[in-house]
Amino acid sequence: MKETIAKLEEKARSLRVSIIKSLHKSQSGHTGGSLSSIDIITVLYFHKMRHNPAEPLWAGRDRFVLSKGHAAPAQYVALADAGYFPKEDLMTLRRLGSHLQGHPDSKVTPGVEVCTGSLGQGLSMANGMAIALKLDGKANRVYTMLGDGELQEGQVWEAAMAAAHYKLDNLCAVVDANGLQIDGEVERVMAVTPIAEKFRAFGWHTIEIDGHDIGAIINAFDQSELLKGKPTVIVARTVKGKGVSFFENKASYHGVTPSDEELPKALECLGEQCNL
Amino acid sequence: MRSTFVDCLIRRARIDERIFLVTPDVGFSVLEKFADEFPDRYLNVGIAEQNAIGVAAGLALSGRRPYVYSMVPFVTMRCFEQVRVDVAYMQTNVRLVGIGGGLTYGPAGTTHHAIEDIALMRALPNMTVCAPGDPVEARTLIEESFDHEGPIYFRLGRNGEPVLYDTGVKIEIGRAVTITEGDDFALIATGNMLELGKKVAHAMQEKGKNGTLLSMHTIKPFDTEAVLGLIDKGLPIVTLEEHNVIGGLGSAVADVIAASGKATRFRKVGIPDVYTHSVGSQEYLKREFGLDLNSIVSIVEGVCR
Repeated sequence: MKETIAKLEEKARSLRVSIIKSLHKSQSGHTGGSLSSIDIITVLYFHKMRHNPAEPLWAGRDRFVLSKGHAAPAQYVALADAGYFPKEDLMTLRRLGSHLQGHPDSKVTPGVEVCTGSLGQGLSMANGMAIALKLDGKANRVYTMLGDGELQEGQVWEAAMAAAHYKLDNLCAVVDANGLQIDGEVERVMAVTPIAEKFRAFGWHTIEIDGHDIGAIINAFDQSELLKGKPTVIVARTVKGKGVSFFENKASYHGVTPSDEELPKALECLGEQCNL
Repeated sequence: MRSTFVDCLIRRARIDERIFLVTPDVGFSVLEKFADEFPDRYLNVGIAEQNAIGVAAGLALSGRRPYVYSMVPFVTMRCFEQVRVDVAYMQTNVRLVGIGGGLTYGPAGTTHHAIEDIALMRALPNMTVCAPGDPVEARTLIEESFDHEGPIYFRLGRNGEPVLYDTGVKIEIGRAVTITEGDDFALIATGNMLELGKKVAHAMQEKGKNGTLLSMHTIKPFDTEAVLGLIDKGLPIVTLEEHNVIGGLGSAVADVIAASGKATRFRKVGIPDVYTHSVGSQEYLKREFGLDLNSIVSIVEGVCR
């Protein structure tokens, strides 16, 4: 287990480097939320989920719905690293001719299950997938990731109600609770806490973890898989901009990308040489 | 029409495992038959239309063909952006089935009327928009939808609409049907104005004027050729819709006329861009807006002059 964790930590570090390089090149995109969510995404794609990059629509795959679609760079670096498409494509993010829109487009990007970017919609689609898998008697699981700011969307709670009502124990949601949204602190803009209590009141099993602790993330996903009769939500406390000290906990880096001056410093924070 | 819909769906569901029915709690007295026979393929997701569309999209992505059934405003407008992203943009095989097109729910009030839905739905890329005018059109188009690829919106009436067709007429998505032929004028009707269109044509015949009546049961993809045919014949055209005059059938026909480079006399008959605050039956409210036999006959007489 120790070895697994160390490997995943190194994977997450290298994916952070890819995120920074990709966003620096595009000069537009969401830095903070991509860095806060990448540890969880790393565990999903490189440890937890059954999936097949050579056959993105393989029937036996687990599904991942990135409801907080603005963290697309985090999903893209994981997909490229897993082999869904060439890593060079990451440097075309948001560029003319690329298949990498600023928010995920399932029609053109291999490995992306649904189009997201309009907040609040992912959990409902994940519900539909989980219902269909249960009816088919299949053991595949459905994972989805939401932001904490996203919980302000009313549809999230329609969907939360439905997931518990239909006892979707094959569904696991993760809230990337980095505490910040575009205009500032989530608690100041429109308070969403206590998150876990809200989900419990809606009939969910809840697990609260440090969303950068790889071991805790693995344990939480394992626990969610064992639980029967309820969907699970993992409330992951995270740091927006995690890994790059001068981005951390700054709402201003929600939708701002690393500048030319920031790039080498950011890579240095991640233990990477800048060889530009 | 709603019983036509559910009967068609049940017949198909018996041989087609993909068929699924989702409703945000408006199944009462209509959908029970389906729910009883296919409990695993029926979801009342509660009064939560946005989630209903997302769930349907998730089901469609898993190989199902979900029909989401509600009153028009709640299955098109409350959840418009979910329809835009999860259905139209993603081209999922979700079918939206709206009942109560136009002023069908007359005395229930304006919240339950639907006068903007065609404009909204036809503005969505990838969306097919059908507004059948009688139970025969409804049945045929719904049956065609079972194997159709891509999203569809059905604008239905409620129940008890008369059958307007003789048997044997070919009806298919995207092709207007010629109900009567004549060289004095042309009426193009959609949805629940087809019945009145037939009456107008008949009344004009009694006045010695023979018109062509087209049933435009599909608003998108639009049968441009059928309209061009009328323009080429130089017929004055009157469109009939129980919908705002902005963005619906009349606008679609106007686009074709404008792009044809030819001129023809043209009038749109529809709801004149207002919400009603009156209380009244569908027929009463239609009269308020001039959607009645006498008013339309005088408009047609006007364009024939």
